[in-house]
Amino acid sequence: MKISTLGRHFRESFKNIARNGWMTFASISAVTVTLLLVGVFLVIMMNLNHIADNVQNDVEIKAFLDNAADDADRVSIEKDLKKISGVDTVVFSPRDKELDNLIDDLGDSGDVFKPFEQDNPLRDAYVIKTKSPEDVIKVAKKIEKIELVQSVNYGQGFVENLFSFVDIARNIGLVLIAGLLFTAMFLISNTIKITIVARSKEIEIMRLVGATNSFIRWPFFLEGLWLGVFGSIVPIALISIFYSQLYTWAMPQFTIKYLEMLPTGTFILQVSTVLLLLGAIIGMWGSLMSVRKFLKI
Amino acid sequence: MIEMKDVSKTYPNGVVAANGINVKIAKGEFVYVVGPSGAGKSTFIKMMYREEKPSKGNIIVNGINLPSIRNSKVPLFRRNIGMVFQDFKLLEKYTVYENVAFAMEVIETDPADIKPRVMEVLDLVGLKHKARMKPTELSGGEQQRVAIARSIVNDPKVVIADEPTGNLDPETSWDIMNIFEEINRRGTTLVMATHNKDIVNNIKHRVIAIEGGRIVRDEQRGEYGYEN
Repeated sequence: MKISTLGRHFRESFKNIARNGWMTFASISAVTVTLLLVGVFLVIMMNLNHIADNVQNDVEIKAFLDNAADDADRVSIEKDLKKISGVDTVVFSPRDKELDNLIDDLGDSGDVFKPFEQDNPLRDAYVIKTKSPEDVIKVAKKIEKIELVQSVNYGQGFVENLFSFVDIARNIGLVLIAGLLFTAMFLISNTIKITIVARSKEIEIMRLVGATNSFIRWPFFLEGLWLGVFGSIVPIALISIFYSQLYTWAMPQFTIKYLEMLPTGTFILQVSTVLLLLGAIIGMWGSLMSVRKFLKI
Repeated sequence: MIEMKDVSKTYPNGVVAANGINVKIAKGEFVYVVGPSGAGKSTFIKMMYREEKPSKGNIIVNGINLPSIRNSKVPLFRRNIGMVFQDFKLLEKYTVYENVAFAMEVIETDPADIKPRVMEVLDLVGLKHKARMKPTELSGGEQQRVAIARSIVNDPKVVIADEPTGNLDPETSWDIMNIFEEINRRGTTLVMATHNKDIVNNIKHRVIAIEGGRIVRDEQRGEYGYEN
């Protein structure tokens, strides 16, 4: 294809958008509404995922040592711990620090433990973090087998429940997003199809005048691309504005450690890119699928 | 230029629209195709621009055997013939200029050559001053003139016209015929299916009469031969 012909296709695609005023409006509206839905859902899902990640990443294993363990034993246990695959960091926490943590964690009620500072009943412990939250249970089981490790605590029961909850939530989210995307593609391609059906006579005339299939297809293909891109502008703008506003308003209200929204900058850029690409792809795809039908002799 | 050898066409519903047609049309000829409704005129014309394929026989136009070309090559073949229809077949959302220019864009003409040539043919059909208007703003005769301008803009060797005056009043029909005469004088072969008795009897050319899918009459400077 000549460069001048490609230029002609670009010009024609823009002219067609103007020529088909209401049809263009209908297609762009369909893209806008569905992408807005997809966008809002994407934002919610990504934030929930982020919170789940925060909670998961905070899960740590505590290995309490037998009181019989001396310094030499501790060095050997620490070596053993570090050897376990999946272990990221191993930090020693002496029993005095454990008691201080307990008193701090309990706030005012912690004072009842103050008398124990003279005769600390707690044990020395190792705090182990794994490279990936999924390794916690596996690593904990291995630690239990190490000699002189008296007990292992990683929030048994809670962690398993949390992990399975997050897994289920993620899967449901993926299914919902996939379903929504499918609906969006269906809705948009159908709207584009209707606008192209209305133009079947135009295609017939182009063929009679000697236009090849690719010559006819190009402007439609580009038109679909613009419809998708234009249709994604409003959702991108709305989501960016509302998310930034929500972030500024909501973040100071959150007092729970894990509860935080994804920071605006890169996140908005990511969501915008996804919506823009989605719009463009759906627009091109919908338009090509619809034109194909009229290009068979 | 155009040759049909033993051409037959039977539609899937059993209607025989062409039955053993043999005909030769030489370069520069002006030929009327006449006959009663349903006689097979349209099929005869449509087979010439490969809108219909014959069930049997060969059709050679501009040296190309139409039944044997692939569907994807049909647009390329059509670039060498001009076509004019009863219902004009103009792109309604395009301006007069764009409608004519489209035929040149399709064959990837250098953009610099498009405007002068489009204006030249619009001048020939007397519509240069209406280049920016949409077809819906024009009269039937004017729309047909746009279609004629489009059909000749690429200098085709053959122009095929299917009832070009069918939707026009008598006076406008004469205008259209004057343009066709001019195109034919410049050396273009013209094949025109028509029901217009006055035109055929007054502007004398070769007449091919079709009835029941057969050529029943083929005369130089013939008469229309039917009552309208």
